[in-house]
Amino acid sequence: MNELRVENLHVAIGDQQIVRGLSLAVPRGEVHAVMGPNGSGKSTLAKVMAGHPDYHVTKGKITMDSEDLLALEPDDRARKGLFLAFQYPSEVPGVTIANFLRAALQSRLPEGEEMEATEYYAKLYEKMELLGMDRSFTSRAVNEGFSGGEKKRTEILQLAMLEPKYAVLDETDSGLDIDALKTVAHGVNSLRGSKIGILLITHYQRILNYIVPDHVHVMVQGRIVRSGGKELALELEERGYDWARAGADEPVLTR
Amino acid sequence: MKTETKAVDIDRDKGDFAYPEVHVRDAGRGLSEKTIHYISDVKEDPDWVREFRLRGLKTFLEKPLPTHWASKDLEAIDFDKIRYYLSPGTGAKRSWEEVPDDIKRTFERLGIPEQERKFLAGVEAQFDSEAVYSNIKKAVGEQGVIFVGSTEGLKNHPEIFRKWFGKVIPIGDNKFSALNSAVFSGGSFIYVPPGVKVKHPLQAYFRINAESFGQFERTLIIADEGSEVTYMEGCTAPKFETVALHSAVVELVALKGAKLQYITVQNWSSNVFNLVTKRGLAHEDAEIKWIDCNIGSRLTMKYPGVVLKGRKSRGEVLSIALANNGQHQDTGAKMIHAADETTSNIISKSISIGTGRATYRGLVHVPKHLKHCKNNTECDALLINATSRTDTYPAITVRGTGNSVQHEASVSQVSAEQIFYMQQRGLTEAQAMSLSVNGFVNDLVRQFPMEYSVELKRLIELEMEGSVG
Repeated sequence: MNELRVENLHVAIGDQQIVRGLSLAVPRGEVHAVMGPNGSGKSTLAKVMAGHPDYHVTKGKITMDSEDLLALEPDDRARKGLFLAFQYPSEVPGVTIANFLRAALQSRLPEGEEMEATEYYAKLYEKMELLGMDRSFTSRAVNEGFSGGEKKRTEILQLAMLEPKYAVLDETDSGLDIDALKTVAHGVNSLRGSKIGILLITHYQRILNYIVPDHVHVMVQGRIVRSGGKELALELEERGYDWARAGADEPVLTR
Repeated sequence: MKTETKAVDIDRDKGDFAYPEVHVRDAGRGLSEKTIHYISDVKEDPDWVREFRLRGLKTFLEKPLPTHWASKDLEAIDFDKIRYYLSPGTGAKRSWEEVPDDIKRTFERLGIPEQERKFLAGVEAQFDSEAVYSNIKKAVGEQGVIFVGSTEGLKNHPEIFRKWFGKVIPIGDNKFSALNSAVFSGGSFIYVPPGVKVKHPLQAYFRINAESFGQFERTLIIADEGSEVTYMEGCTAPKFETVALHSAVVELVALKGAKLQYITVQNWSSNVFNLVTKRGLAHEDAEIKWIDCNIGSRLTMKYPGVVLKGRKSRGEVLSIALANNGQHQDTGAKMIHAADETTSNIISKSISIGTGRATYRGLVHVPKHLKHCKNNTECDALLINATSRTDTYPAITVRGTGNSVQHEASVSQVSAEQIFYMQQRGLTEAQAMSLSVNGFVNDLVRQFPMEYSVELKRLIELEMEGSVG
C-alpha cells in the first residue's frame, strides 16, 4: 500500500518515554495534519521518522510504501523519498544553497551519472520564483544568517527540488508572519497532488486555513487522541487542548 | 646504470609507496664538508656559492634543534642517515604496472591526465613538460622575464641573483634554513623587470618536472618596480618521496609598487618531514601574498612571512592545513611591520582528522615608532573526530599609538545536528562530512586558481574517507 505508516510507535530519549503507542497512516495524495500542544511529542515523531540518532524506538514500526524505515539510515530514507522540513534547520557554513541542493540531487543519481547543470538551474530558479525568493539566494550559505522566514522558505524550496514521496513538515508555520505564511502555504499547495503524501505538524490551527488538510489528528502525551476531517481543527481551536486531553485515556487509532 | 628489481613496498596509505632507487650522482649519507665539496663539484658552483654552502654547514652544525618550542618529533630525524644530494634525472626506471592500484585510483579520481600520472608515480623521470616549459619561457622571455632553475640563475644572472640571494632569509635564520643553504639544489629563479605584468601564473610544476623535484629547493623571486607576477608550486596529487626530509627556502622580493603572489599546494606522503622557510620583503607600496595549502606529511613546519619594509606595503598569508591520522601541521604566518602605514592580513584554516594535529603559530610585530599600521588575523580550526587536536599560539606585539590589530580565533566541530540535517537530504554521512569541510575552507579555496580549487575539493573528499563511522 502506498502510504507512510506508523504503528503502535513507542519512542524514548534516555529513560523518558516521549511517544507511547502512536498509530497513523498518510496515503500518498493526501495531506494530514497532526496538531498538539507543546510537549506532546510532535517533533519527536518527525525526527524519529527521519531517523535522528538520539531517539530510540522501543516498540512499534514505521513503514513507507510497506518498506521498514527503521532499518534504514537517515540518508537511505531520504533517497527513498522521505523529506523532513525541520522546525530548526541547521546551518551549513560555507556551503551555498545551490551547491547543497545539487549535492542532494546528485546523491539520488546512479554512480557515474552527472546532473545536467543548465536543467538544474532552470528548475531551481523556477521553484525559487514560486516561493518568491531572489536568485541571489542561491549563492548564500545554507541557513547561515537567515531570518526565521528565510529558513522556512528554504526548507520548502528543498522540498520542491527533491520531490519526495512523503514530506513531514515540522512546525513550518512557527515564527512566520502572515505574508511569509501565505507564501510558504502557496509553495506547499502547488506541490500537492497524487504523487506526494504530506504530514503537517503544527501547534496552531492558523496554517490549516491556507493548507487545508484531508485529515486532522490530535496528539496529546505521545498518542493520537482524536482524528477527524478538517473541521476537527476548528473544533479544537474553539474548545482547546483540554477538551482533546479528556479523550487521552482512550487512544483513538486511525485506520 | 644498474637496475634493481626488489618488491614494491605498498603496505601503506595512499600516497605512500616506495621503490628501490638507483642514482648516478649520489653524495652518500650524512653531512660533512666533504659532502658540500662533492655537491659544489658536481654542480660546478662558483666559488662564492661554495663558500656560502660551507657557512651554511657551519651554522647548521652549531644551531640546536628548536625543540624548546617545536615538536619533539624533530629529534626523530637522523641527519647522518640522510642523502643530501642525488643528481636529477637519474631516478630508477620502473613500469606503470608496478605502480600500486590504489595510487592509480587516486590519480584517476583526482582527474590527473595520464601522462602526468606516470610522472607523479615516478614511472617517468619527466613527462612532456619540456615543451610546455620552453613555451612559457619564450612567451615571458619576450617581456624580459627570467624564469629558470636556481642553478642556472646563479650562474647566468649573478648580477641580480647575488644581490638578493640569502638577504631575505639569512643563512642563520634557523637550523633548517642553514641546512638548505649548505645543500640546496633545484628550485626556481624568477626576475620580472620594472612595469612588466606577467599575465598567466608561472608554474613551478612544469619547470621542476623538467628538472626533477628537489629535496632542498631554493627559490628566489624578484619583482622589480611596478611589476606583477604570480607563481604556483606543487600539485594536489600525492607525491611519492624516497627521502624523508624536505627543507626548502623561498625568498621573495617585491620592489616599489610591485605585486607578488606565491601559491603552494602540497600533498606529501606521510613519512615526510617538511620544514620550510618562506619569507618576502615588501618595499614601498608593494604587495606580497602567500597562499599556502598543506596536506599530508608527518610533520610540516612552515610560517610564510612578509617583512613590510616600505611605507604602505601590504602583506597577506592565506593558509589551509589538513592534518590526517598521525600527521602534524605546524603552520602559521609572520608579519614584521617595519614602516608606517603598512597593513597585513592573516587568514588560517586548519582541519584535523582522526589523530591529526594542527598547530597555528602567528607572529605579528609592530614596533613603537610606527604609525597607522594595521593587522588582521583570523584563525579557524575544525576538529573532525574526538581524537583530533588543534593548538593556537599567536604572538602579537603591537606597540605605539595609532596602530590597530585585530585577532579572531575559533575552534569548531561539525555538529551531529548538521550532519543529520545533511543526511536527511540524501547525503551519506561521509559525503555530509566532506561537504561540511569544503564549506569550512570555501572562502579561502575560492582565492585559489580554478584548477587548483577543483582539485583541492576532490582531494578533501578523498582525505575525508574513512574519517566517519
